[in-house]
Amino acid sequence: MTLIATESLTKVYGGGVTALSDLTVAVEPGIVGLVGANGAGKSTLIKLLLGLLTPTRGRIQVLGLDPTADTATVRARVGYMPEHDCLPPDLSAAELVTHLGRISGLPRTVARERASEALRHVGLHEERHRPVGGYSTGMKQRVKLAQALVHDPDLLLLDEPTNGLDPAGRDAMLALVQRIGTEFGISVLVCSHLLGEVERICDTLVAIEGGRLLRADHIAAMTSVTDVLAVEVSEGTEALAARLAALDLPVTREGRLLLVPLADQGTYDLILGAVAELDLPLHRLDQRRHRVAELFARRENSLV
Amino acid sequence: MSEPTGVIHDIGYQRYTGPRLGRRHVFGALYLHGVRTTFGLGRSAKAKIFPWLVVGIVLMVAAAVTAIRSQIGEVVMTYAQFADAMSWLVIFFVAVAAPELVSRDMRSGVLPLYFSRPLPHADYPLAKLLALVTALFLLLGAPQLLMFLGGAFTGDGMGAVWDELLDLLPGLLYAGLWAVVFASVGLLVASMTGKRAFAAGGIVAVFLMTTPIVGILSVLPSQTANQLAGIASPPTLVQGVGLWTMRDLLVTEANTADLDLGAFGPVYALAAVALVAGCVALLLARYKKVAAR
Repeated sequence: MTLIATESLTKVYGGGVTALSDLTVAVEPGIVGLVGANGAGKSTLIKLLLGLLTPTRGRIQVLGLDPTADTATVRARVGYMPEHDCLPPDLSAAELVTHLGRISGLPRTVARERASEALRHVGLHEERHRPVGGYSTGMKQRVKLAQALVHDPDLLLLDEPTNGLDPAGRDAMLALVQRIGTEFGISVLVCSHLLGEVERICDTLVAIEGGRLLRADHIAAMTSVTDVLAVEVSEGTEALAARLAALDLPVTREGRLLLVPLADQGTYDLILGAVAELDLPLHRLDQRRHRVAELFARRENSLV
Repeated sequence: MSEPTGVIHDIGYQRYTGPRLGRRHVFGALYLHGVRTTFGLGRSAKAKIFPWLVVGIVLMVAAAVTAIRSQIGEVVMTYAQFADAMSWLVIFFVAVAAPELVSRDMRSGVLPLYFSRPLPHADYPLAKLLALVTALFLLLGAPQLLMFLGGAFTGDGMGAVWDELLDLLPGLLYAGLWAVVFASVGLLVASMTGKRAFAAGGIVAVFLMTTPIVGILSVLPSQTANQLAGIASPPTLVQGVGLWTMRDLLVTEANTADLDLGAFGPVYALAAVALVAGCVALLLARYKKVAAR
């Protein structure tokens, strides 16, 4: 089954602002990263997925349903964590999450049980009975996540879940999201403007820019092996570079690494021979993986 | 076979396969939550002070009226007059309750959490409106019920109880009219702002600032203007409808109404209906816009 599918999806706001233009993408269940700069159209896409906005043109499907037509059905199966502050300060986390569970259609006692379960899963225990106003940013983010989880959705939409968190808080939140996606069996769409964060946990990456699709693919495909060999030696990097250049290999330096284009199996032998001759301690010799950031870096450079 | 007790297992995340209730239940949950909120139930002690102070006052007035009637035999106020006499308290109650119901949610940004759930955008304001109507009706109806119980038990025989009941029912209907008009106006004003103080001020202003207009209109040389003056302000509008439909219950020797309707009674009724319909329509339009944010 396709988790999210759009077909030339276009959203033009009343003022003539085009937030999304001709977006066609299909993603499979799992953890999906939605990456783009501020104003790229991430929040608009989320609102379209929730049926809060109707597309100007094109089609959109969530869990095989049309959010514009089957709004209630879609929303019953989707959990949404907004980017901004959205917690009333004078309610306790337990009360708020229970109430929102009931609004999602859970019976009264079930809502109470699942609220404390959801809060436990995000790591809030006894403090859940205190008013939210006294919580730290990290705890508030956890409550926001718990309220999205309380009705056991099939898809979670998380808008910038690491917003405002310190590095340790970010790691904890990302680990939690990863756990939800893998152990809980709930698909997750994580929105972020920080690529490095999302690529650590997601299976699929969708990158948008200015309302247009930049790239959508499995993270594995994006970080696929390339025909470049990376060589690292503990010492004598200069000497090795000179030696390899003398062997007619177009070598480039990148920090402590030497990059050599892989022509055929012979390239390995040439490099190993050179290292052996110079008697250098070889650290690594492997085929280079693309880092996702490079895909964007190239594009950004071309824009400059 | 029973498992050994005293062992706690972390059974991990459990998927939910039970029933998911429909729109009516969700509406009911939101409505009940609203009614509780207006009286500060499930909230901090501070939130309970004002609503229960008002409840205390109206019940005390009702108890006093009942006591005077049973001891001296003098009817201080009829059931219908009770709502009129309490109008200022009702206005203050609305000024506190309506912002509590809607402005607070707007301020804290919690609305996206509601509108991303299977809750049609019209249901949110309607549930809140119904909650406020219920609260106001309880506020005006409960004391009348107290007065009725007092009156019925001091009277002689079933005939007296029946007479009391016939007096009570129009009184309750009149309380319902007060509740509907004040709730719809108050909630619309409160839904415009996230700041509770502004909302409360706005509500009092709507009811207070329109009173001088009534005053000015009622001293104009034109008799038509005088007779239509009450329409300009919600409290006098409601009183006008009351006077038209149950004059003998509102106008007694002890309490003569200063509002002269002439033949414009039906106009007052139409104006009241139009006011409520207009407020509800604007409220729905307001939340249609808010939901898409």
